[in-house]
Amino acid sequence: MPTVSMTVNGKSVSADVEPRTLLVQFLRENLGLTGTHVGCDTSQCGACVVHVDGRSTKACTMLAVQAEGKNVTTIEGLAKGDELHPMQEAFREHHGLQCGFCTPGMIMSAVELGMRNKEPTEEEVRHWLEGNICRCTGYHNIVKAIMAGARAMSA
Amino acid sequence: MTETQYLAPHSLDEAVSALLAANGTGRILAGGTDLLVQMQAGIVKPGLIVNIKKIPEMTSIEETPDGGFRIGAAVAGAVVGEHERLGKAWPGVVEAINLIGSTQVQGRASAGGNLCNASPAADSVPALVAAGAVATIHGPNGRRTVPVEEVPAGPGRTNLAPGEILVSFTLPPRPPHSSDAYLRMIPRTEMDIAVVGCGVSLTLENGKCTAARVGLGAVAPTVLLVKDAADALIGSKLEDDALEAAAEACRAACRPIDDKRGTIAYRTKVAGVLLKRAAAIAADRAGRA
Repeated sequence: MPTVSMTVNGKSVSADVEPRTLLVQFLRENLGLTGTHVGCDTSQCGACVVHVDGRSTKACTMLAVQAEGKNVTTIEGLAKGDELHPMQEAFREHHGLQCGFCTPGMIMSAVELGMRNKEPTEEEVRHWLEGNICRCTGYHNIVKAIMAGARAMSA
Repeated sequence: MTETQYLAPHSLDEAVSALLAANGTGRILAGGTDLLVQMQAGIVKPGLIVNIKKIPEMTSIEETPDGGFRIGAAVAGAVVGEHERLGKAWPGVVEAINLIGSTQVQGRASAGGNLCNASPAADSVPALVAAGAVATIHGPNGRRTVPVEEVPAGPGRTNLAPGEILVSFTLPPRPPHSSDAYLRMIPRTEMDIAVVGCGVSLTLENGKCTAARVGLGAVAPTVLLVKDAADALIGSKLEDDALEAAAEACRAACRPIDDKRGTIAYRTKVAGVLLKRAAAIAADRAGRA
């Protein structure tokens, strides 16, 4: 089995994995980071979005070995201790979740948008979320939360 | 069961040798956005996966000495979208590549993977065909180049020989007042497979079209280069008659299937509509280029 090494939420990790192991399996099963969810397994729903070298990426459609040497951030890596990331805070404030299943992926996508665009319009947010599906259809508050969260990130 | 082997070579020759040695069980991994979904669904079970993203030539964008561009086949869509000069010269190619998957897929997905997955509805391909892009292929017998439209052989099949790897796309230099556009019809606003896709590239001189190419997707087993449509545009000032003639040429070229996304009649009609709209956008951009 090949050995894979990467940085996850600021910590260096290394493990022997079967080549077919998906990044999301590696995060959830090897590292116990179960905040990253698996929804559709076919790269459509976006519940598994994490950041790989700063880009939001569907962790169900990437092998763990493809992340060799890369910097991975999951939902667990956003808060600083007890202090939520501004995007997480905005989701709480604006009720940007119902059942919460899509939330980790939504927030990881939203954080990348906030890094690239300090003041996204509603249209820009809705376009950016093309790869994130909310099974509760709670998009209205998710969009509000992301617009506020992006502003808070640059404040 | 046999375990899948994984290799991430740094050179093309190494990748080619590994693919040949795998004796037909090897699969090339670019972004993985098609291959990994197919593996998850049990459609393919590769004996060897060759990750080509460590090969510098395949993951870089360069301007060629003559003023064209060379885009590595494994360059991620997001990286293509962030290349300012490429976006200025070839906005249609860039918008088509950026339609592959969602934002969250664009960090991995590539135009090379889109072409080699060989879907008749691949979004980047009609724009690359319209652009006159040439594919560079590296294999056991060295290098060869072929027009992009000659790479797919049919749904899910390419004309690449065993051990051959698509390395890059070369886009030709742009004369003044040239531009391109890609449009697709999907029933929803995001994240769907094209019912029809149409790429148009053209050059204007004093408002007169002096060069054009048209690529049509999802209306035949492979993406089509529609020469008759281009000929109807060339020499015209893109008046209604010329656009209608080009649209008719597109409709005549269609050999689509009936499926849940669209009927034969619908796809044929939409091909003409998209030609007119894409030509108008390309002409507007060319006027300002």
